[in-house]
Amino acid sequence: MGENVVGRSVRRPDLIEKVTGAAEYCVDVTMPGMAHAKVVRSDRAHARITGIDVAAALAGPGVVAVVTADDISALYARFGHIVSDHWILATGKVRYYGEPVAIVVAETVAAAADAVELVRVSYADLPSVMDIDAALADAAPLVHEQSYDATGDESFKNLSHVDDPAEEALSNVAHEVTVGWGDVDAAFAEAAVVVENTVHFPMLYAYAMEPYNAVASYHEGALTVVSTAQHPYMVRDDLARVFSLPLSRVRVTSPYLGGGYGSKSYTKVEPLASVASWVTGRPVKLTLTVEESIYTTRVDSARIWVKSGFAADGTILAREFDIVMDSGAYADNSPLVMAKSVNRCFGPYRVPHLRAHGRSVYTNTSPASSYRGFGAPQGNLAGETNLDQAAERLGISGADIRRRNLVRKGEEILPGKRGIDADIPADLEMVVESLERDRKDVPYYGIGFGCSASDAGAYPISTAQVRIQADGSVLVLSGSTEMGQGSRSLLAQVAAEELGVDLSVVKVVQSDTSVTPYERTTGASRTSTLVGLALQRACADARSRLRDMAAELYSCAAGDVRDLPGGVAGPDGRELDFGAVVRQWFGGSAGEVTGVGLLRRDGATQQMPPFWEVGMVGVAVEIDPETGVVAVDQLVTVADVGFAINPRAVEGQDLGAATQGLGSALHEELVYDGPQLANANVVDYRVPRMKDLPRKIDLMIAERRDGVGPYGAKGAGEGTLNPIGGAVAAAVARATGRWPDRLPLTPERVWRLINGRTS
Amino acid sequence: MTERSGPARVPVSVDVNGVSVSRQVEPRSLLVDFLREDLGLTGTKVSCELQVCGVCTVLVDGRPVSSCTFLTADADGADVTTVEGLSDGQTLHPLQESFVENFALQCGFCTPGFLMMSKALLDGDDVPDREAIVEHLEGNICRCTGYEPIVEAVEQVAERLRGGVHG
Repeated sequence: MGENVVGRSVRRPDLIEKVTGAAEYCVDVTMPGMAHAKVVRSDRAHARITGIDVAAALAGPGVVAVVTADDISALYARFGHIVSDHWILATGKVRYYGEPVAIVVAETVAAAADAVELVRVSYADLPSVMDIDAALADAAPLVHEQSYDATGDESFKNLSHVDDPAEEALSNVAHEVTVGWGDVDAAFAEAAVVVENTVHFPMLYAYAMEPYNAVASYHEGALTVVSTAQHPYMVRDDLARVFSLPLSRVRVTSPYLGGGYGSKSYTKVEPLASVASWVTGRPVKLTLTVEESIYTTRVDSARIWVKSGFAADGTILAREFDIVMDSGAYADNSPLVMAKSVNRCFGPYRVPHLRAHGRSVYTNTSPASSYRGFGAPQGNLAGETNLDQAAERLGISGADIRRRNLVRKGEEILPGKRGIDADIPADLEMVVESLERDRKDVPYYGIGFGCSASDAGAYPISTAQVRIQADGSVLVLSGSTEMGQGSRSLLAQVAAEELGVDLSVVKVVQSDTSVTPYERTTGASRTSTLVGLALQRACADARSRLRDMAAELYSCAAGDVRDLPGGVAGPDGRELDFGAVVRQWFGGSAGEVTGVGLLRRDGATQQMPPFWEVGMVGVAVEIDPETGVVAVDQLVTVADVGFAINPRAVEGQDLGAATQGLGSALHEELVYDGPQLANANVVDYRVPRMKDLPRKIDLMIAERRDGVGPYGAKGAGEGTLNPIGGAVAAAVARATGRWPDRLPLTPERVWRLINGRTS
Repeated sequence: MTERSGPARVPVSVDVNGVSVSRQVEPRSLLVDFLREDLGLTGTKVSCELQVCGVCTVLVDGRPVSSCTFLTADADGADVTTVEGLSDGQTLHPLQESFVENFALQCGFCTPGFLMMSKALLDGDDVPDREAIVEHLEGNICRCTGYEPIVEAVEQVAERLRGGVHG
């Protein structure tokens, strides 16, 4: 308590760079002698490649090279951090419309684009599997005719419930997870009420507004890449494997990202730019269009069957889930998304008997991977709408059925994992009170709310450094990426607080694998908590070194030197600021002191997950019965963050996440029409716009200092998205009298719900 | 077959943020590429390339246009203002200040477009109210903020303008 810098909505220094246009994004980065790449993409869903004729393209003006799979066969031409099944360029066959088949490198973007049209690819079509039913059918064509070795990613083993990825007969199941306990069947037999339903979660696109892009230079056995990667260290690992390079000879840098939302996790276009540079010997820049980005990574769609048994008073006796996700042509991070969905589908409730089964399925569609919420939005839609339908059957309110079943602080929802580190029932009351206060008594009006708890933080490996300069100013180094969420500002606040220096003298440098220390990922809402802890340790280490140096200067024992804000005091009361300690110890008015902070699975972060991210939201909708258009009358959220290091930034994350959730609840869905998407653009894939703003927005923050992070903080940024879909579905059900079984609730779908009831 | 002499060029003279610029450009040159690549003014960003996201908005003779679909040749003789031209280099433009103060951006990729679109609105004859602001900015997409802080940021600048008019 008694903090000075943290807990305040300080101005974010990165925002000043961004409003002037000075902030550098990857798309702004150039390298000397740089050539430009464009990608030749498959125009069919599943086909054997019978020939690639590059002669006409090579003859085009300004064309430097055309790279195909044959040109990179000497490399390990695949990537994927869990299953390295993702070919950099289609090899032998294409598995989805839009898959990269060749790279044209030219002097200008326009010349490369012109030459792409001149590459002739011959195909022999193969039968395709365009959805999960086709992929799971008996004797279905295989998307992959071979199995791939898992990379042995330690975090994945820890987060998933698979002890050993057993070798099985080849199928289109990319990954399968089961979690459960108790005797589900016996519990169902005893239940007063059993409620069963199936929901469909739409195929989404995160639409980070900066499309995937990278510039790469392979030169004298070293690779330098600047890219839009959320996890530069993970990308470095994939690239080192591709080129058989030591990690130290691969440098990946992520400047400001134009949005991430999970969609820039892991490797995307970096291998394409890198192999193009390896072949041509020139730096190569590749910037995708939005359409190409949609075909690069989308969100797993899901069909989820759920069945729950209840006692007559609404107590949950047992729950069973079967989740099938359409993960597209390559696994990417979908196995982890599935593992997380299975963990998160049943909610923060006491579930005495559970069986949850999930399958991530290969199809001949664009590859799915991480998205904000990591499987939680999919699973939560099923679990929460099932609970609300049960409440209806039992004749109790949606709030009461949750009050009866929500876990209290300290209770485990996953056996052996960290107990819940939040007061979720109190969060629920905050939402219900706000929603009910402004409830309107008008026709076609409904309210809904939803709860979720996500095992967040991912695997706790974080490092940070602080470098105290000779003038007392401070550099903070972290491998965590600034993608809009505000870590650059937040880490400066933590360092200023710990060292007692003015915020204006702290500068944060991030995400350069050759400069900033290791950070496993920037995801799972981990930075405030895990990097925050590592940074506190780095500051303590720097202070310890400065005390030792001051003790030499004072000729006293280190234990006799006291910490002051921004400096130290000796036994005789003599004070020195940090800069003076550095200058006097080194002499010559120069030098610096580095403090190092390391975090692993140990002590406070031994038990997994590092923290639970609570999602607690409510919505009220008002529907126009003539058109089926849903207006959001109220949006109410609680950020259960333990301690808000920058409250306005927390609110910003919550409203942003909720708005994305409203997009998928009401508007957003990628639609396949035959082999290709019917709406791979921002005209037909409609995201929320300003007129969609809810009429009332109530963003609340619950600060109970119950997180393991600095000052009791826990992460934010995903929680508010996770339960929005279920909340909107419940609100629409109450407004129309009929339960929807899928999102998004477009005007047509809502009109049909209403019409079905009244006809 | 194709001549290797390269495509024809057309002369273009524009005034960009108060600086006159004359260049020979390809007829297909887009204003955004001219600004970003020929002039190095990378503050203007590109996203949808379909004129629907608003990211690439710049002012041509005070009028907001999507520079991703605007031919450089059509800007011949015009005054072009980009995000780099908002501030005088010493102090932020009131809109820039208000966006920072109100946390009206996160990743910032859409921000130059929002700023230029908002400037066009506030440069008009009427001081806009909330409804007019929302109507005017409907064509700009932001994926981070959920929009409310942007509306508030522009409203605050508009209120100050209104105060100035009456006070």
